[in-house]
Amino acid sequence: MNYESMAVTVSDLNLYIKDKIAKDEALNAVVVKGEISNFKAHYTGHFYFTLKDDKSLIKCVMFKTYADRINFKPKDGMKIIVFGGVSVFERDGIYQIYVKAMQEQGIGDLYAQFEKLKQNLEKEGLFDEKHKKKIPIMPKIIGVLSSQTGAVIKDIINVSTRRNPNCYIRLLPVPVQGPGAAKEIVKGIKTMNDNNLADVIILARGGGSLEDLWPFNEEIVARAIYESNIPIISAVGHETDFTISDFVADLRAPTPSAAAELANPDIFELINKINSFRERARISLKKKIELLNLKLNKLKSSRAFTNPMQNIQNNYLRIDKFIKDLEKTIKLKQKDAENRFIEQTTKLDTLSPLKTLTRGYSIVEKENKPIKSIKDLNEGDEILIRVSDGKKKAKILK
Amino acid sequence: MKQESFEVKIKKLEEIVNSLEKGETSLEDSLKIFEDGMKIAKDCNKLLQEAEKKITIILESNGDINEDNFSTEDE
Repeated sequence: MNYESMAVTVSDLNLYIKDKIAKDEALNAVVVKGEISNFKAHYTGHFYFTLKDDKSLIKCVMFKTYADRINFKPKDGMKIIVFGGVSVFERDGIYQIYVKAMQEQGIGDLYAQFEKLKQNLEKEGLFDEKHKKKIPIMPKIIGVLSSQTGAVIKDIINVSTRRNPNCYIRLLPVPVQGPGAAKEIVKGIKTMNDNNLADVIILARGGGSLEDLWPFNEEIVARAIYESNIPIISAVGHETDFTISDFVADLRAPTPSAAAELANPDIFELINKINSFRERARISLKKKIELLNLKLNKLKSSRAFTNPMQNIQNNYLRIDKFIKDLEKTIKLKQKDAENRFIEQTTKLDTLSPLKTLTRGYSIVEKENKPIKSIKDLNEGDEILIRVSDGKKKAKILK
Repeated sequence: MKQESFEVKIKKLEEIVNSLEKGETSLEDSLKIFEDGMKIAKDCNKLLQEAEKKITIILESNGDINEDNFSTEDE
């Protein structure tokens, strides 16, 4: 049998296998869990490692673009979950996983735990705004729960002293990661409260992975924060990290320094504020006094004081004027009356019978009635003859 | 509590200044609240100056607390 003509080349065979695998949907996107071994981070930024379980192993490669995105440092022995596609590397005739994403095993459950606890506490109302205590403007003593070493306590001290050179900081050192840290933190909060060691507490730690920050996601720490009578500012992890402590705390600061800013009043600003109030008070009082003074002077300089008599004289003048007016009007009235009187009397005069008498006529009256006709007179009648200058009695002869 | 009164003092000082600036209060009242304001301002400043810098560390051993001075290495 002539096998030679039947034989395929090695690369053809590998190509065929690669093609076979490429067609299999399931192999294009796989999620695999296993333990890392002989992990190598190549200088090009690519990761080469094998993933194994107790029975077998598979080679993996993670190119730089994906490798840069994971937020933890993969190490041998670490249990992880990878997501990627299976393909053949023809040159070496091996199949491997081309990894696109990687996550620590068990981390999944941490996130799940975190979410579950967050929801429960939220439902219970531990995050409610109304339970949050106000941070005092002028705390006398600032308590700090953080590790004794490292940048966190240094930052807090630096920022605090910058804002308030006379600040009083009490550090109660607590472990900020690893098992048992949660219990110590709770104990720290309790000690501070029981002995009333501070007016505000800063609970702080630097950045880290989810495991590193885990104590601050523990329920006992959340409850301790909630029950603390002293207001608590939490500054855990990087600005972008949110732990349950941040939700429960009375105030969340993005960084330890920010927490120190929030806890410490800026003394210089406060002093300026007080002095400006004092100045404004002085100025407005001075203005008020000046205003009243002006009013007083205006009044004093008014004629009523400088020449009090004048008022009275004015009144006299007015009175005189009135009198004159009165007199004038009275005189007028009188004259008017007189004229009318004269007018009437002259009229009377002209109409009056006496006028004719002066011209020699006389009026004969009988029984006080003027006689107009001779018939009214009889012999022996007694009559009265009125002439201009008087009257005489007479008798009718015939 | 001491701090509470500091916050209350600042608030009162502010109210005094506002009412003086409004200028509606009588002369006697103005003088009176002006004096109050000056006194409050003095108290506040005294309180600020009085405080003394202290950075300490609390160490708890079986229940009792002791406090020592604390300094970060480079201080």
